[in-house]
Amino acid sequence: MKLARVVGNVVSTVNSPALDDRTLLLCDLLDPAGQPTGGYLIAVDAVGAGAGEMVLLLDEGNSARQVLQAPGAPIRTLIVGIVDEVSEA
Amino acid sequence: MQLARVTGTVVASVKAPGLTGVKLLLVQPLDRHERPVGDQVVAADAIHMAGPGELVYIVAAREAAQAMPDTFVPVDHAILGIVDAVTELPGS
Repeated sequence: MKLARVVGNVVSTVNSPALDDRTLLLCDLLDPAGQPTGGYLIAVDAVGAGAGEMVLLLDEGNSARQVLQAPGAPIRTLIVGIVDEVSEA
Repeated sequence: MQLARVTGTVVASVKAPGLTGVKLLLVQPLDRHERPVGDQVVAADAIHMAGPGELVYIVAAREAAQAMPDTFVPVDHAILGIVDAVTELPGS
């Protein structure tokens, strides 16, 4: 899983049926210190994350489909948690 | 999933059996400010509605084939939707 920050959303009306009624959020990837690494992903929101929040991003299809209970859906990137704190040893 | 711009169409008359009827489009992956990043790729159009010039979002790897009507197809990038708007938080 990856750390990311929600920086926006993506609106799409013409899309694959599996993505109907799903919230797509634009997420900047972060390093453990919370600094953007330059990458980003568009993710389906499974936890109700809001703008500006640091989140836990899953980028693996089988797990994503399992969490959404949507077998066969072409979904790979999913927000599975809202991060409260990261501490490095 | 990431943003991409459709830059052209690809026609192949000789192809693997699973690709029959699959619409192929050339897409340029974009960063979140809609600037080109990386190489253009050929993506299957899973929604059958995308066309050149449009902003779309794509998925790579196994999930690309999952987007197609027949899911056991040799496809590694697929267009999942046409983007109407990308809204960014102020200052991000």
